[in-house]
Amino acid sequence: MKLDSKVPAGPLADKWDNHRFEMKVVNPANKRKYTLIVVGTGLGGASAAASLGELGYKVKNFCISDSPRRAHSIGAQGGINAAKNYQNDGDSIWRLFYDTIKGGDYRAREANVYRLAQVSNNIIDQCVAQGVPFAREYGGLFANRSFGGALVSRTFYARGQTGQQLLLGAYSALMAQVGAGTVEIHPRQEMVDLVLIDGKARGIITRNIVSGEYESHLADAVILATGGYGTAYYLSTLAVNSNASAIWRAHKKGAFFGNPCYVQIHPTCIPRSGDYQSKLTLMSESLRNDGRVWVPKNAGDKRPPGEIPEEDRDYYLERRYPTFGNMVPRDVASRNAKAVCDEGRGVGDTGLAVYLDFEDAINRLGRHTIEERYGNLFEMYKGITDENAYEVPMRIYPAVHYTMGGLWVDYNLMSTIPGLHVLGEANFSDHGANRLGASALMQGLSDGYFVIPYTIGHYLAGTELKQTSKEDDAFKEALNAAQERDQKLLSVNGNKTVKEFHRDIGNILWDNVGMGRNEEGLKKALVEIPKLREEFWQNVKVAGTAESMNKNLEFAGRVADYMELAELMAADALHRRESCGGHFREESQTDEGEALRDDENFTYVAAWEFQGLGKEWTLHKEPLIFENVTPSQRSYK
Amino acid sequence: MMENKNLTIHLQVWRQENSQSKGRFESYTVEDVNPDMSFLEMLDTLNDKLIIQNEIPIEFDNDCREGICGMCGLVINGTAHGPKSGTTTCELRMREFEDGDTIVVEPWRAKAFPVLKDLAVDRNAFDRIMAKGGFITVRTGGAPEARSILVQKEAADEAMDMAACIGCGACVAACPNASAALFVGAKISHLALLPQGHPEANRRVERMVAQMDEEMFGACSNHGECEAVCPKEISISGIARMRREFWKAMA
Repeated sequence: MKLDSKVPAGPLADKWDNHRFEMKVVNPANKRKYTLIVVGTGLGGASAAASLGELGYKVKNFCISDSPRRAHSIGAQGGINAAKNYQNDGDSIWRLFYDTIKGGDYRAREANVYRLAQVSNNIIDQCVAQGVPFAREYGGLFANRSFGGALVSRTFYARGQTGQQLLLGAYSALMAQVGAGTVEIHPRQEMVDLVLIDGKARGIITRNIVSGEYESHLADAVILATGGYGTAYYLSTLAVNSNASAIWRAHKKGAFFGNPCYVQIHPTCIPRSGDYQSKLTLMSESLRNDGRVWVPKNAGDKRPPGEIPEEDRDYYLERRYPTFGNMVPRDVASRNAKAVCDEGRGVGDTGLAVYLDFEDAINRLGRHTIEERYGNLFEMYKGITDENAYEVPMRIYPAVHYTMGGLWVDYNLMSTIPGLHVLGEANFSDHGANRLGASALMQGLSDGYFVIPYTIGHYLAGTELKQTSKEDDAFKEALNAAQERDQKLLSVNGNKTVKEFHRDIGNILWDNVGMGRNEEGLKKALVEIPKLREEFWQNVKVAGTAESMNKNLEFAGRVADYMELAELMAADALHRRESCGGHFREESQTDEGEALRDDENFTYVAAWEFQGLGKEWTLHKEPLIFENVTPSQRSYK
Repeated sequence: MMENKNLTIHLQVWRQENSQSKGRFESYTVEDVNPDMSFLEMLDTLNDKLIIQNEIPIEFDNDCREGICGMCGLVINGTAHGPKSGTTTCELRMREFEDGDTIVVEPWRAKAFPVLKDLAVDRNAFDRIMAKGGFITVRTGGAPEARSILVQKEAADEAMDMAACIGCGACVAACPNASAALFVGAKISHLALLPQGHPEANRRVERMVAQMDEEMFGACSNHGECEAVCPKEISISGIARMRREFWKAMA
């Protein structure tokens, strides 16, 4: 199978406009004859379901939470980018496009990234009209801030709760459609399989989380907006119910997986403290606008931070990257934090932390201003660590945060399974090998509000769909298989809990497919993962029954999937013998220790085809063609 | 790390098989609780122990574990979200408790929030209220240029205070009347404070208030318990504004 990205011809700036005209359109009267399934209610899913319902499609929208408003887009703190140039600092669609493709270390498609930058402005208009309370200045206009990897202030924010406010905006649009009767919400339903008929995505099997019943749902197309797979690492900044199962099961049904090794490890998280920990908490990157990152100059300096004089401190980001300073992109900041800790200069009990210090900013701007900008983050920090960051510097350390990889999609956001569309973090599309801050919200809403409403019509209007029902054998088989799988999980009755297995697989990934990767470690992981998977199926202990609410069973199914996905992540990381963005192969670095790409051999998207467990995946390459920017060694000096 | 500072905690936990069955309190003891643990991590530890002993773990809703999704919510020693003000259950740390304490853990209790299992309740009534009017009608792609709508900074800030609601339902759980007035008032205030929300303000307040009554939430009689437990510290001035908006709509 040859991958076709379906990127339209023509000049970059005209591609999307031309394509919108060339795409087929479904007659308004016919739209109500189509049923669309949207799985997930985050920024991508909620905005898609609301917009498609509004267009007249019959939409069934599923989520695992009790309400669509809980999706983990809500956790995003810092902001959303747009090329409005309200600050008159020279921003433009082109600059946002350029920063994003450079930030992704030239491993994303030009056309997708350009479209993202184009619609970024429509997103802000849409959200403001919905009543999203973005920060304002006294004149009534917008306050903006800057984020890593950019030299302009293009980030719109609502205190430290931007994701929450954007999600509530999308949720309100969704609930308006529920009220209007165009969208049906199915809360507390977990998608357990994808159903294909004649090779096309025609439905899903779900498990009702409350009653335990398995259900079949038929549709004309399926849209997955189920988020990323960072929870494979066990500890991450994701919500504990975030999982990879929907995309993984679609992958096993034929959807190729793009760039699974591209994982973002966020530099500013509260360091881990003990084994009991269930998650890591992010401190927004926006803090780096005013906080200065440092460690002691000398290894083993255990003095409290206040007693370490200026000359014994190393503001290593400002020293190494004078142009961007503390605002270097996330992958660069994380790698540098790891490097200074590896040198024995880390701080705190574990030595796995660096300082993020606000003393200068408080002296310069006053405590009040800092409180206004970041008050809720300082409170959150105090709640967790019992320390007051107005008086002592925060301790931060990198943590798994976002996955740039995901199901491969073409320009229309369709996967390699006809009819299966994938939005937001669940797809691989726009961020290349590293995502810039405040770009995830932009992509989720771009896909849901402004891309899928057009491209889904193009698919439906150009596709012959067989008349069928939920009685089709494909539904029965998938439903039985889901039931049997759960019964199998329950019947093992071993000695080790799901959580212990989750922690074990997470440790293998963190140690070998984390911030620094090398051939030896990756090969080791590829031996350890199948072994752990075997042990899982022989020794896992899952509580209760499938016939009632049973969170432990849900988790067991997800961890079983991580046991497979982890192998693909390691295999992809091993095959990509270059460093790019968040994928740092220790064998491939510049003399100064920066990520060194190998453009000659690796300027492509790696899309992996599942061949059955225990067999090797087949690699398909989508070449990346740069006609408008010239890939260069990324420099933030 | 210092040794010997860990706590032993006794729990009385509400267990209920499903919405039809009768519930009861069960006693458990959790040893070696690190004071830096969150309350939910303490329950995780207990659940892992129960699983290994072939017992059914305690079901409780939770997700982001950083106080923003609104999924978690337990009544702890009689107080929604526990003893620390301005925090959700997931943000509560065990350092708030003493070694040897007995802690009573219950689900939200309100007619409009039926118990599903153990500590998990059904809060879909909130979604049904939102579907009646908790939005500004704007078609995707039909929005005017963002800069064309000026919003006074003070209004934007106050709207944000109200929009901070996470929909957890603690206000209902704490209210002696099980009223949803703070939840509904916060949404109505958020949208009423912004110029974008004005055109459909009347319709919004009428429909949302009517649905709130339909869902069997009680009336507000100004106890203020809701504000006291609200993890986002939303002021009951939101309820006053809802009333004002309601009378304006009726006028």
